[in-house]
Amino acid sequence: MKLLACPVNGLRNIDEFQSFGPLRETPDPEKTSDAEWGQHLFRADNRKGIIVEWWRHVPSNVFFLAERDTESNEVVRTFLPAETGERP
Amino acid sequence: MSRLPAPWGTRIDRLRPVRFTFEGRAFEGFDGDTIASALAASRQWVLSRSFKYHRPRGAVSMAGAEANTLVQAGHEPNVQADREPIRDGMAVSAQNVSGSLDRDRDALMDRFGRFLPVGFYYRTFMGPRRDSWLKLWEPLIRRKAGLGTIDTAAPHQFFDQVNLHCDVLVVGAGPAGLSAAIVAAKAGADVVICDENPEPGGSLTYRRSDGAALSDLVREARSLPNLRILTGTVCNGWFEDNWLPLIQKNRLYRARARQVILAAGTIEQPAVFRNNDLPGILHGGAVQRLMRHYAVRPGTHAVVLAADGDGYDVAQDLLDAGVTIAALADPRPVGTENGAQAALRARGVEILTGAMIEEARGTAGNRHVAAVKVAGRWIECDLLSVSVGKAPAWQLPCQAGAKVGYEDTSARMVLELARDNVRLCGSISGNIGLEGAIMDGRRVAQAALSSLGHRSLPVTEGRLRPPAANGYAQPLVPHPKGRDFVDFDEDLQIKDLLNAVEEGYSELELTKRFTTVGMGPSQGRHSAVATARIVAAATGRRVGQVGVTTARPPTGPEKLGLLAGHHHALERRTSLHARHLALAARMKPVGSWWRPYFYGAPEQAGELTRQEVDAVRNHAGLLDVSTLGKLEVRGPDAGLFMDRLYTMAHANQPVGKVRYCLMLNEMGSVIDDGVAYRLAEDRFYVTSTTGAVARVYADMLFWNAQWRLKVDVLNLTSAFSGLNVTGPKARAVLEAMESDIDFSREAFPYLGGRDGVLAGVPVRAMRIGFTGEVSYELHCPSSYAPALWDAVIAAGRPHGLRPYGLEASRILRLEKGHILIGQDTDALTTPDELDFTWAVSKKKPFFVGKRSIEMRARLGQKRRLVGLTFPDAAGDLPDEGCLVLRHGNPVGTVTSIGHSPTLGYPIALAYVHAEDSAKGSRISIRCGNGRIVEASVVAHTFFDPENRRQDL
Repeated sequence: MKLLACPVNGLRNIDEFQSFGPLRETPDPEKTSDAEWGQHLFRADNRKGIIVEWWRHVPSNVFFLAERDTESNEVVRTFLPAETGERP
Repeated sequence: MSRLPAPWGTRIDRLRPVRFTFEGRAFEGFDGDTIASALAASRQWVLSRSFKYHRPRGAVSMAGAEANTLVQAGHEPNVQADREPIRDGMAVSAQNVSGSLDRDRDALMDRFGRFLPVGFYYRTFMGPRRDSWLKLWEPLIRRKAGLGTIDTAAPHQFFDQVNLHCDVLVVGAGPAGLSAAIVAAKAGADVVICDENPEPGGSLTYRRSDGAALSDLVREARSLPNLRILTGTVCNGWFEDNWLPLIQKNRLYRARARQVILAAGTIEQPAVFRNNDLPGILHGGAVQRLMRHYAVRPGTHAVVLAADGDGYDVAQDLLDAGVTIAALADPRPVGTENGAQAALRARGVEILTGAMIEEARGTAGNRHVAAVKVAGRWIECDLLSVSVGKAPAWQLPCQAGAKVGYEDTSARMVLELARDNVRLCGSISGNIGLEGAIMDGRRVAQAALSSLGHRSLPVTEGRLRPPAANGYAQPLVPHPKGRDFVDFDEDLQIKDLLNAVEEGYSELELTKRFTTVGMGPSQGRHSAVATARIVAAATGRRVGQVGVTTARPPTGPEKLGLLAGHHHALERRTSLHARHLALAARMKPVGSWWRPYFYGAPEQAGELTRQEVDAVRNHAGLLDVSTLGKLEVRGPDAGLFMDRLYTMAHANQPVGKVRYCLMLNEMGSVIDDGVAYRLAEDRFYVTSTTGAVARVYADMLFWNAQWRLKVDVLNLTSAFSGLNVTGPKARAVLEAMESDIDFSREAFPYLGGRDGVLAGVPVRAMRIGFTGEVSYELHCPSSYAPALWDAVIAAGRPHGLRPYGLEASRILRLEKGHILIGQDTDALTTPDELDFTWAVSKKKPFFVGKRSIEMRARLGQKRRLVGLTFPDAAGDLPDEGCLVLRHGNPVGTVTSIGHSPTLGYPIALAYVHAEDSAKGSRISIRCGNGRIVEASVVAHTFFDPENRRQDL
């Protein structure tokens, strides 16, 4: 079983976590065409390489980000969203 | 039953005989014997019949590398006879047998084999009719192919799972593994070493060696307190981040190791020639195991096939055990093993160099080997010992990412694994010889320790490569008469693989699927190397280019009991559970919660529910709503946060007011509803539906992880309980209780919220209602809930208050046309379809789902949730889930239906086509019995459409 490092709770078994999908930018709803909005809702990148994903440590409800290599499944690092800078 | 004298037979205790039966016949062995060794001691070599041709088969490896040894032991099918110890009274029987093992009716399949060509499944079972597979072939194959019998009356067994953490896990307790474990443990690491055999030592326990090396290693290993030796333990897979299941009888260790050292050794490979599957043809290692472990003399006059030095050791062992050697054949050219050959010649053994076994001949019915043909000459024998090479145990390394290669120069399969937390050690990585294995163990342990941060250790640089003898690549040419088996499990011959290549299945993965090579219980252990060589030769490639197929976990057989979970049913009870039971409530599970369905005797369910509804409509009712999700949103941005999450306006919601709240997902579908009571500028008390709270809570935190507003969400679902006091007399009931809250109509209007103390209990009271009557929802800390319940019951007695259950609650809400999320909505429901435009703010610039419902509105409405009544109420009625039809095509479903005791007729909610949604429209519904009924569209709110009663 894979391990994942929660930035708050440390290294835990992956079955304590829930994936919330890749981090992606939400387009401005006011400036987006219906077609683009549909794309945003139903299509997702499936890239090879390092992507940033949302994860939740379920027992403690900590949401955090993880950089993961989709080829090797190696998690490069995990961090809290606050570490990415100012709030939007 | 004569056995070799001691020291032969290290595993058996000759003072403790064990009696068991095989195929109904009585046998005797010793404590420590396996089923196969005890039977071999009594000259019972045939253990099973082969899969396709029903040929007699016996042990080949004595190490669990072939399916030949699978037997039924009592209630347990597919037991490996060469590894399972015998027990007194054990009843063992053969598998895959028609009639009896000795006289198998299907043995004539062997003669008709040419009618069962490779890939025959795919061709034959296609026809003659489309359903022939199910009707004809599958039942036939099931009768022919079953391995073992499942005993549904088998006694229950105890299985357990243990978590095990260590610094270093060593798999394989041979010389390399032991030496690695000792070095790591001496450096202070917490070390576990596991081995599938009953004792540590690996090949040293059965091969020809002086014994001192073994006893030194084992003594030192046993003396180290931080080195744990798990014998009889199979490592059955490698999973990410060094998680490995270790199986010791009925126990599963879930091991997590910082460093893993794989010292699992090698697997002996068979030679391929006509009738190479006859019982009595054994691997050299099996011959040595039978003699050293079990004191079984494997034959009286043997032929030894030796394509490596190990074969010569086997010959020496056989002579020591008093077995006559008719000849030793070495297929390699003269001069390869001069010393070993001279030593054997000195003991009178005839040596044939450059000579290969060309074919073998069996006794009657092919029950045992009778003679082998070497260099054109038939030599009689009752044992053929085969030593033609080994393959590294590639299963675990491959799971850890190792690449399998093949050195053409040395004719060896090699593994390459580049990881800093898993390492190969000993003969698995090609190091041959005892000294080499021990040195490699030290080297690998030092590297592992260095990865663990032990810095002060000397690290042996480079890779150790002692002068290893080359492997032997047997030329694999099909015998004209066949029966030269590559895969014993699947009865595959050289020509089968060649045919597959000819058919175009030349990539190994395709060859495997077409022929099923390597798909049997042994998973290619004895067939993968020969298969790769055959396919390579037939396609003009190098063996390394062909490779072997992936060996996924589990590496060996695994009992379902080890994987089964515990039978704990999660059950949640409200703090009022005991009160409900005291009132004879029929409790029902709703998700994990147990809720009262109605109060009273089950046979009066209908009447009791009617009475409960009647009490709410005419007097007062009390419902336990503690299962509702209860969340508190706190912080300076609480209003803004609520505005973004829910469809209605909450930022401008006054303190002390309650608002309905509706939650959409990004797609604009309704996912939850509840109410929000603003406790203060920066505090909301929010309810959600019972089943959705976990998700709503997670979603709230997820959204805020992105928005990063200054709020904090608290899940109070278990901490708070809820009681709904409802009915025309509800206010009178509460006013009869001592409280600092003014419950009067003027002071506490509909959709108001008040904090205070009621009957000594701190409460949050909200005037909302699912029933359509005057209602107060009282929330309090769960520990107070029973006291509050008792106080309400006492105060309500003069007013005819009675508790009501879930069934009455559902009817009451249906009479009002209130929807239940999840029952009256599905994954696509929009607020428009529910006629909930009143619940969606037009002014807010943003809320989750806003963009999507606008976009979906432009796509046009296809369906709508409406109320239905039935003109023929006495006739057939649909059930929930029945289809709503339009011109014969389904356009929606009935989501809720029930008989309204208040109105006296059945009512329903259903999705109908948008064009049929006007009041008075007639629609048709197909009932469960197939009949079509008519229904009329009416307003959602069946009872009190002006909603006057809730504000009385």
